[in-house]
Amino acid sequence: MKLSLGPLLYFWSFDDIQVFYQSMLEQPVDIIYLGETVCSKRRSLNFEQWMELARNLKQQAPDTEIVLSTLSLIEAESELKTLRRYCNNGEFSVEANDMAAVHLLSEQHVPFSTGPTINIYNTRTLSLLHGQGLRRWVMPVELSRNTLKEILQELKASDLADKLETEIFSYGHMPLALSARCFTARAHNLPKDQCDLKCLEYPDGLQVKSQEEQSLFTLNGIQTMSGQRNDLLDALPEMQSMGVDIVRLSPQAMQMPEVIQAYHNALKGKEGITAGYARDENCNGYWYGEPGMYQSM
Amino acid sequence: MIELVCPAGNFPALKEAVNNGANAVYIGFKDDTNARHFAGLNFNEKNLPKAIDYAHQRGTKVFVAINTYPQPSGWSRWKKAVDLAARLGVDALIVADIGVLDYAAQSWPELSRHLSVQGSATSYESLNYYQKNFGIKRAVLPRVLSVAQVAQLAEKSPVELEVFGFGSLCIMAEGRCHLSSYVTGESPNTCGACSPAKSVRWEQTSQGLESRLNNVLIDRYEDNENAGYPTLCKGRFSIGENTFHVLEEPTSLNTIAILPELDNIGIKAIKIEGRQRSPAYTQQVTRVWRQAIDQYYADPEHYIPQENWSAALNKVSEGSQTTLGAYSRPWQ
Repeated sequence: MKLSLGPLLYFWSFDDIQVFYQSMLEQPVDIIYLGETVCSKRRSLNFEQWMELARNLKQQAPDTEIVLSTLSLIEAESELKTLRRYCNNGEFSVEANDMAAVHLLSEQHVPFSTGPTINIYNTRTLSLLHGQGLRRWVMPVELSRNTLKEILQELKASDLADKLETEIFSYGHMPLALSARCFTARAHNLPKDQCDLKCLEYPDGLQVKSQEEQSLFTLNGIQTMSGQRNDLLDALPEMQSMGVDIVRLSPQAMQMPEVIQAYHNALKGKEGITAGYARDENCNGYWYGEPGMYQSM
Repeated sequence: MIELVCPAGNFPALKEAVNNGANAVYIGFKDDTNARHFAGLNFNEKNLPKAIDYAHQRGTKVFVAINTYPQPSGWSRWKKAVDLAARLGVDALIVADIGVLDYAAQSWPELSRHLSVQGSATSYESLNYYQKNFGIKRAVLPRVLSVAQVAQLAEKSPVELEVFGFGSLCIMAEGRCHLSSYVTGESPNTCGACSPAKSVRWEQTSQGLESRLNNVLIDRYEDNENAGYPTLCKGRFSIGENTFHVLEEPTSLNTIAILPELDNIGIKAIKIEGRQRSPAYTQQVTRVWRQAIDQYYADPEHYIPQENWSAALNKVSEGSQTTLGAYSRPWQ
């Protein structure tokens, strides 16, 4: 199985983004997804600069696969314009996060992948998209290992198992919902158009708790994420035996090298090494068919 | 003329919609194949033929929502739902899942397919995809778009557009919200339920009336406050020291004031939310909207929403307060 670094979901500054990805080149990740997937007002890097970063990383680490990841909620014509630039970039493969991107990519007959916000819940959907160029899919975060088992069995039966890579969102706050509204701006009593780019102040999102102090959600602009971080470290052997191809780790401001190292060690079958990142508060319920916030064994 | 599409959770509601001027009613089956999979709601093989007859005899169309996302173990149920609706002669299927759309287009090419709001198409490029691959005739737009954005989209849309006119307000892009399964294990996409009733618990405590969803405290009400259903996105939560409606205050959508705009930009149909509501709700809302649409077309230049319409609609809305939602975007 390969390790991937999913697209950065939070809003960081230009410098922080550069430093982060430069440091990631020292880490054992096989695939890096780049691009703004949440909010078109986040312009620390514009499209050209993401391309530049992509080329730069590729040059320094030729064995690392670089993929461009697209905006998840398309509302305006200007966003479609940027989306077309991503889809027509001609150099790097693209992860579609909205059906508009799937349309643009399939029309060009280029191979593409899909992120977790594309609703692929069954094998008929998967094989139809495969016919249109899909080569890799990230399973929607709310689906379980049982559903994945069934899908992978059906793929095998229809001879598609070797033609499609399956990627599982394994670590980080899960993207749960998208809205036209900006909840981070709302928390600051600001209208969306004058948000003062408040998301910059929350490199790992803004914590929402219940009135009983239970961690519930993480606000990330127009995106609502899980309150706890998904963590499927313990499920890696199972994923391996099921035929999962890629394990996705979602960039976090804190402890990312420790997370990657722990997953890398687990993939290499190194036992007896304690994971060097905080795990007590994490969740994994979706994988086991439970509410996503549960921590199951 | 703009078509009025009204909800029917059961036969009495369907009759109210038909008798009060709906051009079409939309319904679902008694299982997880539709996004209002609630106990005691919806139609089965036995009463659906009668309901279709009742509507068709009075010139009202019947749409069937098969708009959740099947997983492999449930696939046969969705297939059966499509086949049953087609055999019974409904006027259109409202579908979200790509696999189900494909099955319907292959198996019943003559039967109209509408892209459900759960399909979450927010741009014409997305609509192009569904039109080209599955020949959809119409799409229901998510409630996240502003009127200006809907207008832009309508200009280039390859298909008819239906928008929500009235009812509960979903603030997330429909079909792409997992808040409910994160807390309860069930979501609109997987089970046709958001913040499902079986996970709800009410409790009077010394701190006030508490609503819980799978044990998570959603809200706590003082004696003088109206308690609302604990839908996750409408809860009062805390950020730092502040406790407030972090995502959304409980309000309803009402677009009766912008009916002329919706018509001018070429919207083909207005959808009323609320298959889970009572026949009295369907009656009230259908009647008011019929009046509004008729009055508008009788004299488009001088259309003014009447005060008694708002009063009638406010009586049945959630939170007793209606807004234009994303269409006007006061929060923008």
